Amino acid sequence: MVNVIWVSLFFIGFIFAAINGNMEDVNEAIFSGAKEAVVICIGLISVLTFWLGMMKIAELAGILTKVGEWLHPLVSRLFPDIPRGHPAFGYIVSNMSANMFGLGNAATPMGIKAMKELKKLNHDKDEASRSMITLLAINTASLTIIPTTVIALRIEYNSIAPTEIVVTTILATTCSTIGAILIDRFFYYRRLKKGRDSY
Amino acid sequence: MSGLSAISIWIIPSFIFIILLIATWKKVPTYEAFTDGAKEGVNLSFSIIPYLVGMLVSIKVFRESGALDFFIDALRPLFALFYIPTEILPLALIRPLSGNGALGMTSDLIATYGPDSFIGRLASTMQGSTDTTFYVLTVYFGAVGIKKMGDALKVGLSADVIGIIASIIIVRLVFL
Repeated sequence: MVNVIWVSLFFIGFIFAAINGNMEDVNEAIFSGAKEAVVICIGLISVLTFWLGMMKIAELAGILTKVGEWLHPLVSRLFPDIPRGHPAFGYIVSNMSANMFGLGNAATPMGIKAMKELKKLNHDKDEASRSMITLLAINTASLTIIPTTVIALRIEYNSIAPTEIVVTTILATTCSTIGAILIDRFFYYRRLKKGRDSY
Repeated sequence: MSGLSAISIWIIPSFIFIILLIATWKKVPTYEAFTDGAKEGVNLSFSIIPYLVGMLVSIKVFRESGALDFFIDALRPLFALFYIPTEILPLALIRPLSGNGALGMTSDLIATYGPDSFIGRLASTMQGSTDTTFYVLTVYFGAVGIKKMGDALKVGLSADVIGIIASIIIVRLVFL
């Protein structure tokens, strides 16, 4: 699936450039795209290093387990495959809360840590487990309470009411999150039906 | 607004304060634990590079070749059919592909139509209520070495479509 999408994006781009006669732009895009990716990763170093350090402290102090336990009734419904008291819960909860407050850069390290725990639970297989897909779905729907970046952008362009989009954003993001969870379930049960699900 | 931004300024420092306070209380070797966890962060950032370079090059080639613009133009009549402002279409299509691209497009829409116009409000809501699915997928699965993504992409992209449709309907209902 990934291979097909990856190659198709390039092929379609190549063909369009050949027709439009702007191969020069594509040539430039190859290298600027690679550079952009590295710049993003370098930018991630500071964030990942800092937050994973902080989360290690939280883990050793037992904070993650505690928070995981508090929200267990809710989160365990979303992730029925994770055994009770597993450290993955703490990371998932931290990831979701960071997203809600619009702290995207804190959400990523916690999400990755959660993925690592979920991979261990899945016997280190290189395929995505049910819980991993659910976590991913929740993250792509990005449940937000305070869309900080957008508010900052609106202030920059002299909006009369920069925060008036908070309500519409919360409503829209709630719809997409509920939708993501339902679609995730739908695909899960379809996999079960087809008997392709081995986890 | 002042209240809201005050809260967001306090969140992270307070969060760190509480973690350090509890950890010290529980006699955790805080500094050593920090550096121990932080080491993992360094390795993680480097391990993501190959995945992100691969994905971004392909996406950028697709965009710069004019292919994205072609699909936007092709979809315009369909959007008009549902009374959806076509100005918003490029943003809707680029949102799952590129975070920087979407942010650039949102600020462009806000600059052109004004933050308090219908388009400005719709762009703001759309930007805030969905995430860059390809980026999340690449980074999260890349970092832990998942090769078979299963239904993840389908689920992620469907969530984007729902987010975009919900934004349009909700902004219409609230502001029009």
